[in-house]
Amino acid sequence: MKKYECPDCGYIYDETLGAEHEGYPAGTKFEDLPDDFPCPDCFVREKPDFVEVEA
Amino acid sequence: MTGKVEKIKTGIENAGVADATAAVVKEDSAWIKNKRYMYFASMILPGIPILSAFLAGETGNGLWLWSLFIVFYGILPVLDQWSGVDAANPSDELVEELKDDRYYVYILYGATIMHWIALVYMAYTVSTLDISWFSILGGALSIGLANGLALVAGHEMGHKVNDKVQVFFAKLILAVSGYGHFFIEHNKGHHKDVATPEDPATSAFGESIYKFVQREIPGAFRRAWELESARLHRLGKSEWSLSNEIIQPALITITAYTLMLAYFGPVMIPFLAIGAAYGWWQLTGANYIEHYGLMRERDANGRYERCQARHSWNSNHKISNLVLLHLQRHSDHHAHPTRPYQVLRDYPEVPGLPSGYPFMLALAMFPSAWFSLMNPKVVNWAEGDMNKVNIDPDVKEEMFKRYHNPKVA
Repeated sequence: MKKYECPDCGYIYDETLGAEHEGYPAGTKFEDLPDDFPCPDCFVREKPDFVEVEA
Repeated sequence: MTGKVEKIKTGIENAGVADATAAVVKEDSAWIKNKRYMYFASMILPGIPILSAFLAGETGNGLWLWSLFIVFYGILPVLDQWSGVDAANPSDELVEELKDDRYYVYILYGATIMHWIALVYMAYTVSTLDISWFSILGGALSIGLANGLALVAGHEMGHKVNDKVQVFFAKLILAVSGYGHFFIEHNKGHHKDVATPEDPATSAFGESIYKFVQREIPGAFRRAWELESARLHRLGKSEWSLSNEIIQPALITITAYTLMLAYFGPVMIPFLAIGAAYGWWQLTGANYIEHYGLMRERDANGRYERCQARHSWNSNHKISNLVLLHLQRHSDHHAHPTRPYQVLRDYPEVPGLPSGYPFMLALAMFPSAWFSLMNPKVVNWAEGDMNKVNIDPDVKEEMFKRYHNPKVA
């Protein structure tokens, strides 16, 4: 399971948690998110902008 | 204010610079901290209709109900010009100190309660006093202006989506004027599409506010509903469910308005309709001002560049920034939408407005005056290249003829 960070607000997309409120259940792989997936906190960065967090 | 100016890195992209700097003066820190007490304005302003309704009841003179209207258009713009500009920026250390201070949030919770009291008490007053329709109109318009301020506080709280209590209060305060869909539309729609022709909440060059509102209000509602439906469908739910975050605040509004109609009688129909509509109109005005004519460019893949500091109009006017929770530091807000109001910053070389929103809102209602003041500013921003301006398609040809004169590099 990997983590990806929003370069704007610092939100971390953690695959183990998903983004439940936005309808992406726990365990949803980052690669399975749609390309226009916006940061669920600030909404001004999208999937292509996210940066993988080193484990 | 005096002191050594320090340039700090902000991580904001502006005009090709990936990491634009902002000016910070250490000596300003004391003033920035002192502003905490001035943000009480958010609780005091909805107190004006409460006090004026009380005075109308005591004196029997319904003209008191116009108080907030007069304060807003007559006194605020003058105070705003007189008090001048506050360009103080918090340092990184001060941002760390202030950004998580709950005090600033509690003021907004207090404001939420004040706005509901103001609405109900004003409704009670116009229904029980024997006053003229003109006084009732004053009460409705004053509540409309208060509703506009409620939307500003709702905007601030509605951005904090990882704080359930703030989102709850956002729904509650947006429900005062029946505009609960706003935080969804704004966060996920406007912030994504801002400064593009696709955004119903971004005004185009040559578009009057009266034309804009016909595109903005329905367009924003439609976009909110689509975004919320899509979210619920991903969760395997119907859009017609109580999980729908547009329906939740709408139920609060419907319940409250129905009760007021039942207890206070048919005068509630014009009173509540005018109050809500005038609140929406304030928001339309803010949206109209904030990005007028500005446009993001597309990259080689056709994707819009990320929103930069240069894609919003700004104002550092002191009084209006205190009243409007620094909404006028709009470039920083779009760069960091979750950044709390007390730590928003100003940047050099961002598009600037000649006055704060109260004056600009009034000006926008006179389209020819608005165009003659703002159009040259937009043309200047685009360096005369009208291809870089977000122009109303209906007047595109005319505007090109009149203004297109790109600077030769």
